[in-house]
Amino acid sequence: MLDASPARPLVQVRDLRKYFPIHSGLLRRHTGDVKAVDGISFDILQGETLGLVGESGCGKSTVGRTLLRLYEVTSGSVVIDGTDIATLPPEALRQIRPKMQMVFQDPQASLNPRMTLARIIGEPLDEHTTLSRAEKLDRVYELMDQVGLNRVFANRFPHEFSGGQRQRIGIARALALNPRFIVCDEPIAALDVSIQAQVVNLLEDLQDRLGLTYLFISHDLSMVRHIADRVAVMYLGQIAELSPRDALYADPLHPYAKALLSAVCEPDPTREASRQRIILKGDVPSPANPPKGCNFCTRCPQVQPVCREVEPALVEVTPGRHVACHFVTPQSGTAGPTGGTEAKEHSQQGEPR
Amino acid sequence: MTDSAIPKPVSQSRAVWQQFRSHRGAMAGLVILGLLLAFVLVGPLIWRVDPAYINPDAAAMIKARNKPPSWASPLGTDQLGRDMLARMMAGGKVSMAVGMVAMAISILLGTFVGVLAGYFRRLDGPLMRLTDLFLALPLLPLLLVMVMLFRDTLAGILGPELGTFLLIVFAIGVTSWMQSARIVRGEVLALKEREFVLAARSIGTPPSRMILRHILPNVMSPIMVAATLGIASAIITESALSFLGLGFPPDFPTWGRLLFDGVDYLTQYPERVIWPGLAISLTVLSVNYIGDGLRDALDPRIRGR
Ligand SMILES: Nc1ncnc2c1ncn2[C@@H]1O[C@H](COP(=O)(O)OP(=O)(O)O)[C@@H](O)[C@H]1O
Ligand SMILES: [Mg+2]
Repeated sequence: MLDASPARPLVQVRDLRKYFPIHSGLLRRHTGDVKAVDGISFDILQGETLGLVGESGCGKSTVGRTLLRLYEVTSGSVVIDGTDIATLPPEALRQIRPKMQMVFQDPQASLNPRMTLARIIGEPLDEHTTLSRAEKLDRVYELMDQVGLNRVFANRFPHEFSGGQRQRIGIARALALNPRFIVCDEPIAALDVSIQAQVVNLLEDLQDRLGLTYLFISHDLSMVRHIADRVAVMYLGQIAELSPRDALYADPLHPYAKALLSAVCEPDPTREASRQRIILKGDVPSPANPPKGCNFCTRCPQVQPVCREVEPALVEVTPGRHVACHFVTPQSGTAGPTGGTEAKEHSQQGEPR
Repeated sequence: MTDSAIPKPVSQSRAVWQQFRSHRGAMAGLVILGLLLAFVLVGPLIWRVDPAYINPDAAAMIKARNKPPSWASPLGTDQLGRDMLARMMAGGKVSMAVGMVAMAISILLGTFVGVLAGYFRRLDGPLMRLTDLFLALPLLPLLLVMVMLFRDTLAGILGPELGTFLLIVFAIGVTSWMQSARIVRGEVLALKEREFVLAARSIGTPPSRMILRHILPNVMSPIMVAATLGIASAIITESALSFLGLGFPPDFPTWGRLLFDGVDYLTQYPERVIWPGLAISLTVLSVNYIGDGLRDALDPRIRGR
């Protein structure tokens, strides 16, 4: 958002892994792991929005949830504002929870159907403050004003609201304890297109007013372009590329990022005309059994023998741009020839918008 | 958007009652259950005939046996000349009390076990194996052993009637909680993955309040259904126990007991079976409808309509 002040990282993630064990057989023995998040590292600076994009099932939600320790961490560290969340004992974790909150994908499922709006928004206050009832109600009203909900709705139940309004309730709940860091897990994916912009604008507006830091998870690349300062592209539990937004959208470096972004419409008509869609062949491998070497090697248009053997590390190729590919190195700066000659097959990254 | 424009919160209980009243079946159930309760509680104060009275004069007793309905005994008399109406009243008091208390014990136990097993993964294995164990036990022999072991001790401490009552409701309760435990566990497992539970976790709500605030209110419906069905089976199980000579003494009337006694005379005097059978069915049916209405009334999604 601001690049003038020397921003320091609010969130530092190092080599984070989250494996879901697979139990099978008659004795339910541990026979393997779903490697939903497989060794990712990134920083989120104070006050910025980091976009996290990728196909569905690549582990975006798991990253978000593990960051807030809604899932236990398998290994690695998550330092938020100087505290390592990953190893904190339960009571200390509870104390620190107000700093970090989450907005969920499905606004219907994320609200308890048997609680009134006032109780839903007030729950964080019940848990972490000693305000009197009147003070709590005042704070609830204040939060409702902030997210643009009419105060008259305070005693209604979630089912009486539209999707957009429900998402506002979820946002108000996340704001109740003045958090510094909010994970937005596809907050607009379940909403009508006309409502999406309103909710995104609300999130941006709140960021400006309250100095929030966001991890914005989405598979909607044009919306991420709108809101994010930097963008991480995820593939099969790992980060393929992490770049500032404009650089990424203008010139993606990782072959997967290229393919993903080739599906996004260009606002500029001259560039739109020359846009070439790269259509990936094949399916995403199972996260329970990722390929040896580079995770993308089974579908990469520029695959070489080395890709199937050696796993590339995420390295900084130009200042601020991190890419995990053997053929994008600090010297070359870009990957070989652009592979755009693929047969017309169904696209894996959803419809272009 | 001024404060004065905000409607006062409608009290929760008031809204629940309003919705409950609009449920016709539930209201009918409430009225019938009320009448049945009045019949067994107030009835004996009006109809002051001793349900256990047998005419000591053998000749008079034999004459008074198996009478059809008359003004002197509106429901007739049984094979020992005892007044059926008085026996229905006295029996109903016990049967209803046994049904409700045993159901409450069974539901509390089942919900407790089910919630713990569903919510805490570490307890799931042991608790569900325990449930399976209870399900696999042959219940009647187990009940027999329990009653045989504890009846006399309890009767000694609490008196024969209260002792037997407690023993029976306890025995029925601890042998019938497994179904509800399984149902509740399944519901809790599904609920636990819902995002609002995750949201509460991200707020830092501790497990106890998580269960009270988010889990229990949302497993209300299956619990309610299990509860209404539980009453019926408790009444029937009690009569089976009494029939086997392990519940209340044979001359102590309960609806189940009357039903079993009546079976012997089914062809000659079918009304002896019909009355207690009807009473049990009405109780079960009315409780069922009340549960139905309550479940709807407690669900804000239905209440809104
Ligand atoms: N609770 C869980 N147990 C087992 N596997 C899971 C669980 N949650 C997610 N996964 C698996 O982890 C992978 C990543 O899932 P997710 O993070 O939800 O993807 P995304 O949000 O990018 O669509 C998927 O393969 C999914 O099946
Ligand atoms: Mg997701």
